[in-house]
Amino acid sequence: MKITDDSPPVLTTLDRPNSYIGRSVPRPNLQRLTQGRGQYVSDVTLPRMAHVAFVRSPHAHARITSIATAAAKKSPGVIAVITGAELAKVMTPWIGVLTHLKGLKSAPQYPIAVERACWQGEAVCAVVARSRAEAEDACELVEVAYEELPAVTDPETALDAKTPVIHAALGDNLCFERKLDVGSVDKAFASSDAVVETTFIFGRHTGVTTEARAVVADWNAGEQRMIVYHATQAPHMMQNLFAKHLDLAEHQVRVLTKDVGGSFGIKVHTYADEMATVALSKLLKRPVKFVADRIESFVTDIHARDHRIKAKIGVNKDGTITAFEIDDLTGIGPYSVYPRTSGIEANQVVNLTGGPYTCPNYRAQARVVFQNKNVMCQYRAVGHPIAVAVTEGLVELAAAKIGMDPLEIRRRNLIADDAYPTQSAAGLKFEKLSHHESLAHLDSMMNYAGVRAEQKKLREQGIYRGIGFASFIEVTNPSAAFYGVGGARITSQDGATVKLDAQGAIIVHSGVTEQGQGAEAVLAQCVATSFGVSLDKVRVVTGDTDNTPYGGGTWASRAAGIGGEAAWQAGKALRGNVLAVAASILQAKPETLDIRNGIVVDKVTGTERLPLDELARIAYFRPDTLPPGFQAELMATRHYVPRAWPFAFTNGIQASYLEIDVDTGFVKLLKHWCVEDCGTIINPQLVDEQIRGGVVQGIGAALFEQCLYDERGQMLNGNMADYLVPMAVEMPDIECGHVVSPTADSELGAKGAGEAGTAGAPACVMNAINDALRPLGAKALTDMPFTPDKILRALGKV
Amino acid sequence: MSDLALDISLTVNGEAVHERVEPRKTLVDFLREDLSLTGSHVGCEHGVCGACTVRVNGEIVRGCLMLAVQCDGVKVETIEGLSDSGEVADLQTAFEQRNALQCGYCTPGMIAAAQDLLLQPQLRGGVPSRDKIREHLSGNYCRCTGYHAIVDAVESVAQARAGGKQ
Repeated sequence: MKITDDSPPVLTTLDRPNSYIGRSVPRPNLQRLTQGRGQYVSDVTLPRMAHVAFVRSPHAHARITSIATAAAKKSPGVIAVITGAELAKVMTPWIGVLTHLKGLKSAPQYPIAVERACWQGEAVCAVVARSRAEAEDACELVEVAYEELPAVTDPETALDAKTPVIHAALGDNLCFERKLDVGSVDKAFASSDAVVETTFIFGRHTGVTTEARAVVADWNAGEQRMIVYHATQAPHMMQNLFAKHLDLAEHQVRVLTKDVGGSFGIKVHTYADEMATVALSKLLKRPVKFVADRIESFVTDIHARDHRIKAKIGVNKDGTITAFEIDDLTGIGPYSVYPRTSGIEANQVVNLTGGPYTCPNYRAQARVVFQNKNVMCQYRAVGHPIAVAVTEGLVELAAAKIGMDPLEIRRRNLIADDAYPTQSAAGLKFEKLSHHESLAHLDSMMNYAGVRAEQKKLREQGIYRGIGFASFIEVTNPSAAFYGVGGARITSQDGATVKLDAQGAIIVHSGVTEQGQGAEAVLAQCVATSFGVSLDKVRVVTGDTDNTPYGGGTWASRAAGIGGEAAWQAGKALRGNVLAVAASILQAKPETLDIRNGIVVDKVTGTERLPLDELARIAYFRPDTLPPGFQAELMATRHYVPRAWPFAFTNGIQASYLEIDVDTGFVKLLKHWCVEDCGTIINPQLVDEQIRGGVVQGIGAALFEQCLYDERGQMLNGNMADYLVPMAVEMPDIECGHVVSPTADSELGAKGAGEAGTAGAPACVMNAINDALRPLGAKALTDMPFTPDKILRALGKV
Repeated sequence: MSDLALDISLTVNGEAVHERVEPRKTLVDFLREDLSLTGSHVGCEHGVCGACTVRVNGEIVRGCLMLAVQCDGVKVETIEGLSDSGEVADLQTAFEQRNALQCGYCTPGMIAAAQDLLLQPQLRGGVPSRDKIREHLSGNYCRCTGYHAIVDAVESVAQARAGGKQ
C-alpha cells in the first residue's frame, strides 16, 4: 500500500481555481485524535462534578413495591440517592410518537422508572456520589423490592388475546401497523411461471460504539443555565428536549458536542439515563456525569433490526419479476423511542422493499409490537439492511429457481438508467439513479466471469466458494418529510456561518456534527472552494448550540449533502461580500475580481491585486479609509434544505466472495466490492471509508452480531466477549467504485454515502453463502446471523 | 479513599509518579483519573476491545486488565508519551493521510498495537503481510473504518521503515 496524499483534481461544474471538490484531502482535525488529545465526553471533568450510577431492574417486567435508600445514603462519598418518583417532580415524561405514522402509539416514559420496570436494565434508582466507584458501591446498598410481572418477549404472540398487555392504557401491544397494496399482486402471482416463498429472520443487534454513551450536565443556578456536554449526533434536537422536559426555554440550554467515540444512529435518541443525569444536575445544582459501562450499553443502547419477514416473489422464465409480497413483524421493546419513534424501521422496510426494480405489483404488511426487552430504534441504515436482504434474497432465490445468472436477472428487472424521474411501486420518488451502469461497473471491477470460473474450478476440488450480490437504494438528504411533518422538532434544514478573520483566514460554524465521518473536512472543502482559500486557512466549528446555526446534526447521511451545500453557499456569499470590499479599496468593479488561494485577483488575467490579510487589516483596523457610506460585511450565513425531492435516493450494488469450510461451518470472507452512486463526490477517500466501515457493520449483522434473550426477557450476552463484533482478522479487503449522478436540488449535487455499505452487505453475504452451499443441496439460509451451527444444520451435519 | 490504599511509584512517559491508589483501581482508570492522561480509552472494560492498550515495560497490555497497584516500579508509556517522543510519528501521519481513523476512539490503542507489530524481532525489519497485520490488530476493535484503511496505513509504514524494499 502506497499512500498518496491527494488524488488528481476532478474538473466538474463546481470547478473553481484551486477546487477541493473531488479531492481526497486529509481531514484537518485528525492529529489531536492520533495523539490521544481529543476531548470525548468521557474525558470531561468539571469543578464540583459528581458521578451518577443507576440501580437497574434485574427483571424484564416488574412492579416496584418499595425502594429502601437509607443504607445507600450513608455510604462513603454519596451525595444523593434519588428514585423515579422524586425525579418525576423535576422532569416531565415523554411519548415517542409521530403524527405522520398514523395510529402509532406509545406510553409515557420517565427518566427513571416509576412504579414499574418494563425491561431488564431500565433504571429504577439513581445514586450520585463523588466518584463513579463510590456511586456503584452505594447502588449495592439500595434495596428494591419487586413483584415480578409476566414478561412479553415473543413478537409472534404479542398480539394474542391471552398475552398480557404491557401498557393497559394502550389497550393492546400493537405500537404501529402499516399496509400497502399496489398493482394486482394476487393476479401476478397466479400467472407467474414460478413463485418462491420464504421467511427471513434478522437478529436483534446493536451499535457497540467504542465510546459508550456519555453526558455531563452542569446546571448553573446563578445563571439559570444548563450546559450539557453530550456525545450526541443532534445537539439542537437535544437542546429542545432537555429544555422541554425541564420546563426551561431553549436558550437556557447549551449543548456542547466535541469528539464522539462512534455513533451510527445510537447517539441520536433520547435515553432515560441521560435525561435523568440532566435532571439530577438541575436538582443538585452541580455538574453530574454519566458514562454508561459496557453492560449498561448492551441493555440500554437502542437495539435494532429484530424483524421476522414472510416474503414471496413471483418470476417468469424470462426473468421478469412479477410481484413482491412481505409480512413484517417486529418487536421494539416496551416504549417507542423518543422523539424519532420505533415505527420508522418497519415503515422503511415497507417503503424500500423491491425499490430497485420495475415490478409494479407489491403488497406489504408491517406490524410493530411492544415487548419487555430493551427498546429498539434507528441504527445505521434504518430498515435498509432488512429490505435489501429480503428483496435481494428473493431475487437470487428466484434466479436459482429459473436457472438464471444472478446478475442477468437484475439486468432484466432493475429500473433503466434513462427512466428517470420515476417512482417505485411503494411510491418512492427517484430523481436519478444508475443501477445498470453500477452493475456494469461492478461486473468488470470484480472480473465476475473470472471469479465464477475460479469458483467452478475449486468446487471440483471440494472447495466451496460463493458469490453473492445486492443491488440497493439508500435514503439520504432527508427533507422535512422524515420527522418535521410528523410534529417532531428535528430540523431538516441546516446552516453555515463563515467569517473572515483579521488575518484573512476563514472560520466556519455549522449545524452539522462530526462523529468521525469527516463532516468537518467536507465543510472545509466546500468553503475553501467556493470562497477561494487554501484548506489550511479554514477552521470549522461544530457541536455548540450557542454558536452554530440551528441545524439537524449528522444522521441519515445528511451532513455532506445538506450541511455541505449550506457551507458552499455561505462561502460564495462571503466571497461576494469580500469582493465588494476589495472593489472599494481597489476602485474596481466587483465582477472583475475573484478570490484565488487567499488573494484577490483580477478575474480574467489572474493578476494578484490584494492579499486577504491586507484586506482584513483595512476592513477591521482602518475602516476610516474606506469610502463614506461603505460598510464591510465580513460574515455571511446561508441555510439549505432539500425542497424538490423528499429524499435524495442513492443506489449501488455490492458483491461478496467467500469460502465456507463445510466441516466446521466457518465462513471466510475473501473479498467485497461495492459500486455506489452518491452524486457529486466531495472527498473520494472519505466516501470510500464510509462505504468500507458501513460494509463491515453489515457483515457483523450477517455473520456475528445478535443480542440474545431468553424467554423471560433476560439478555444473555451483554458483554463484548459474548457479543461478537467484526475484528480485523475476519474482515476482507473492500474495493469501492463509483458512478456519479448529482442531484439537481443543490448546486453541489452531493447525496449521502454513510449507510450504503450497511444497507447492502448483509444481503450479499447471505446470497454468497447460499450460492456456496447450493450445490450441496442445503436449504437456503435466511436467518441472520449465519453462525457456523446454522450452516452445519443447513448442510445436515448436526 | 479506603484504608486499604497503597502507595505506588512508577515512571509514566518518562516522568516519575508517586500516588496512593485503591487496590481495585485499574491501570487505565489510574492513568485517566489520577494522571489526566485521557488518551487511553475505556471501551469494553474486560480486555476485549483494546481501546486501553498501553505499553508497560515495553510490552503492550490492556489497561483495564492490569491494576494500578501492580504497576509499582514499572515503566508505562501511553499515547501521549509515544506522541511526544516521536516514536510513532510515521504511524500517526499514515493514519491521518489514509483516514485510518474516523471517531478516533480506538486509535491510540490501535497505534500502540501496530507499533508493537512493527517492532517484533521476528519481522527482522521486513514488511508483514496484510494477513499478519490483520491478525496482530485483531484484539483492537474499530467500529468505524472496517479495518481496510488501518491495514493500508500500517502496511505503508512497514514498507517505509523497511526502506521501500518490497
